[in-house]
Amino acid sequence: MSALPSVTHMHAVQVHDLTVAYREKPVLWDIDLVIPSGVLMGVVGPNGAGKTTLIKAMLGLVTPVSGRVLIHGQPYQANKRSVAYVPQRGSVDWDFPTTAFDVVLMGTYGRIGWLRRPGELEREAAYVALAKVGMADLARRQIRELSGGQQQRVFLARALVQEAPVTFMDEPFQGVDAITEAAIIDILRELRANGRTVLVVHHDLSTVAEYFDWVTLLNVRKVAAGPTVEVFTPANLRATYGERLALPPGV
Amino acid sequence: MGWLTDPFRYAFMQNALLAAVLIGVTCAVLGVYVVQRRMAFVGDAMAHTTLPGLVIAHLGGWSLSVGGLAAAGVTAVAIAWVSRRGRVKEDTAIGVVLTGMFAVGVLLMSRTRSFRDLSHMLFGNVLGVTAADLWLIAGVAALVLAALALFHKELELTSYDPTHAEVLGLRPGLTRLLLLGLLALAVVTGIQAVGVILTNALLVTPAAAAALLTDRLPVRMALAALISTGCAAGGLVASYALEASSGASIVLACTASFAAAAAFATARRQFRPARGD
Repeated sequence: MSALPSVTHMHAVQVHDLTVAYREKPVLWDIDLVIPSGVLMGVVGPNGAGKTTLIKAMLGLVTPVSGRVLIHGQPYQANKRSVAYVPQRGSVDWDFPTTAFDVVLMGTYGRIGWLRRPGELEREAAYVALAKVGMADLARRQIRELSGGQQQRVFLARALVQEAPVTFMDEPFQGVDAITEAAIIDILRELRANGRTVLVVHHDLSTVAEYFDWVTLLNVRKVAAGPTVEVFTPANLRATYGERLALPPGV
Repeated sequence: MGWLTDPFRYAFMQNALLAAVLIGVTCAVLGVYVVQRRMAFVGDAMAHTTLPGLVIAHLGGWSLSVGGLAAAGVTAVAIAWVSRRGRVKEDTAIGVVLTGMFAVGVLLMSRTRSFRDLSHMLFGNVLGVTAADLWLIAGVAALVLAALALFHKELELTSYDPTHAEVLGLRPGLTRLLLLGLLALAVVTGIQAVGVILTNALLVTPAAAAALLTDRLPVRMALAALISTGCAAGGLVASYALEASSGASIVLACTASFAAAAAFATARRQFRPARGD
C-alpha cells in the first residue's frame, strides 16, 4: 500500500527535513534521521537542543514547520499503536484518584476501542507488565504515594503493556535511584533483544557508551547519528556541546 | 421519626424529593470530573449564563428548560472554542462571558413586569416541579450517567494524562466537548432544584467532600452520589421544618457534609499517618 519501497520498513523511524519553530525561533532545524529497527538509541545534546521536541514532533504532539516522519514506513497518525511513549515525569495529574495498576491498565486503552471496557485479557497484561518492572507488590498503591523511581517503573510498565514495536522515553533516569536505573536499562535491552526499537532522551554522557548501541547527537541541528562506537567521538561531542565541554571518561 | 416522614405525606414533597435526588446524583457524579479537572469555574459560568436563555424563553412562552439548555450550549461551545487558542487565558474569557451573559439576563428581567415571578430562576423552585419536569429530569439523569459509564475510560485517561491520551489516539478535545455538553444538561436541571446562583454547589461540594474520603475514582463517584442523596433529603426536611428556601437548605446541607468530611479526613490523618517509602 505504501508508496515507499518495502526495504525502508527495515527502518523503525525515518525523519525527513524536519523543522520545528516556536514563535519563529527554530527549535529543530532540517533534521534528517534514520533509526534502524532493533537498536537501543540515545538522543543526547545540551539543554534546549530540541530533544523533547524531536519526540513530540515524531508523535504529532507539535506541528512542524516542514518535514515528515515515518514509523515503520507509515505516518504515526496512520497507526497509533506503533509507538509507546514515556513522557518526562510531571505531565500527569498527580492528585488523580488512581493506583499503579490503573495507570498501567490505561496503556491498553488505545487498542480497546470506543464504548468498550478493559477485560480479563487487559488486566492480565497489566499485571504481567507491573511484575516485569518489579512493582507487583505495589499494584494497589495510590500513584502519588510512590517514590520517583517507582513512578518511573509504573510508566515503563504502561509503555510495555502497549506492546508497540517502537518505544520513546524522555529522560527516564531523571530523579531515579541507581537500582531503578539498572532495572530500566535491563528491560530496554530485553526489548532490543526481542527486535524492538527504543529511543531514549538522555543527559548523562558518562553512561552513553555503556547503555546505547546507537546514538544521535543533537543541538537544534543533527550533529551526528550512527553506531555509538563510530559517532560518540570527542570531535562530535565538541561540535554538539561547544569547545568547553569536559569529556566524560572513556571517550 | 415523624418529623422525618411527615413532610413527605404531600405529593409535591414526594416529587420534590425525587427531583432533588435525581438532580443531586447526576450533578455529584459529573462533579467528580469537574473537581478533578479544576473546572469548578466552568460549571459556575455555565449555570449563570443560562439566565438570559431562561428569561427569553419565559417572555416568549417557550419551555424554560429549552431556553436554559440553548444558552448553556452556547456557553459550552464558546468555552471549548476559546480554550483552543492561547491568546486569552481560559479563566479570563470565562469571567468575561459569565458576567456579560448574566447581566443580559438581569437586564431582561428588570424590563419585565413580572420580575418577582422570575426569582425562582435565581433561587430554584424544586417544590413546584411538575410531572413533565420530572420526566425531563429523569431523562437527563439517565443520559448523563449512561454517557459517564460508556465513556469512562476516555474521560479517565484524558483527565489523568491528556498527552498520553492523545498519543494513544483518544482525542482529548472531543472528550472535553462531551464533558461540557453533559455539564450543560446537568446545569439546566440543577437550576430547577437550587437556581442559577447555587447550582455550582451541587456540582462541586459533594464531589469535593468525596475527594477528601477516597482515592479511588469509582468509589469517589459512588460516595459523591450518596452524599448528594443525603443532602437532598436532609435539605428538604430542614426547609419544611424551618419554612425556609428549599434550594438554600439543600446547598447548606452539602456545605455541612463537606465540613464533616474535612473534619473526618483530618482526624483520620492524625490517627493513621500517610504511608511513606
